[in-house]
Amino acid sequence: MTVESPAERAGEGARAPDAESAEWVRALSASGAGRDDAAARLHAALLRVARAELARRSGQLRISGPELDDLAHQATADAIVAIIAKAGQFRGESRFTTWAYRFVILEVSAKLGRHFWRQPHVPMDTADWDQLPDRLGLDPARESEWRDLAQALRRAVEQELTEHQRRIFTALVVDGVPLDALVVRLGTSRGAIYKTMFDARRKLRASLVANGYLDEIPERH
Amino acid sequence: MSNWPQDLDRYLRTDPRDAGCDTAMELLDVYAELTAADPAAARLRYPEVAAHLRSCGPCEQDLDGLLAAIRVDADIADS
Repeated sequence: MTVESPAERAGEGARAPDAESAEWVRALSASGAGRDDAAARLHAALLRVARAELARRSGQLRISGPELDDLAHQATADAIVAIIAKAGQFRGESRFTTWAYRFVILEVSAKLGRHFWRQPHVPMDTADWDQLPDRLGLDPARESEWRDLAQALRRAVEQELTEHQRRIFTALVVDGVPLDALVVRLGTSRGAIYKTMFDARRKLRASLVANGYLDEIPERH
Repeated sequence: MSNWPQDLDRYLRTDPRDAGCDTAMELLDVYAELTAADPAAARLRYPEVAAHLRSCGPCEQDLDGLLAAIRVDADIADS
């Protein structure tokens, strides 16, 4: 039996683009003043989305003011180049503006990943497990409840994971490096790091279950 | 993860349907529009993407941002 992928399913849902989306594609694929006007309108819309997205995430960031706005402009500039280059690939599975906003949202994430390393005293490869309880918000007064499991987790990380998995797990969980920042540092992709962590999580859980620290997941029926 | 060990347990659980980041990012616009209209329908049509978004903070963050942008557009269109 052939299993349909999510992307193939999305393709089945593709329809002729709505009039507004078709007009965006036509204008951006044309030449002359019409294209410049469309690019300017798209730039304004993307910049609004980038600013709103950075404002939405600002509570988690150590950036503000002009630096934050500069990131919004950078994300917009890179997104618009990609969108114009790929406008012909737009398949009408969503509105054109939603499709375009995806580019700028992903650019915002990538820019924040890069910006992370510009901060002073950024941890990486410190593997300071003593900081883990504090970082995870574990209550010192209830240490007896989490100490054994924390030690078992550390043992499992050291014994069950490959060197690469251990490095990724330690950076993300112990050192608290954001995933998109790790992408930049290791020169890889979000998907590659997630897959490494996916495999690591599965191994760690199996180890903690085998040693009686976590319960097995009941089979789905 | 302060609700230990439940949070750790949840964090370590993996879903074999998980589509991964590449597929989720590729379909983010399609999934976001469907979610804005009917979240249950989005999860039903793309269970692999839904499974991924439950486990991947960065992709979930991107979806939330895209949903916010869609809602602003909808508000402008309604006004």
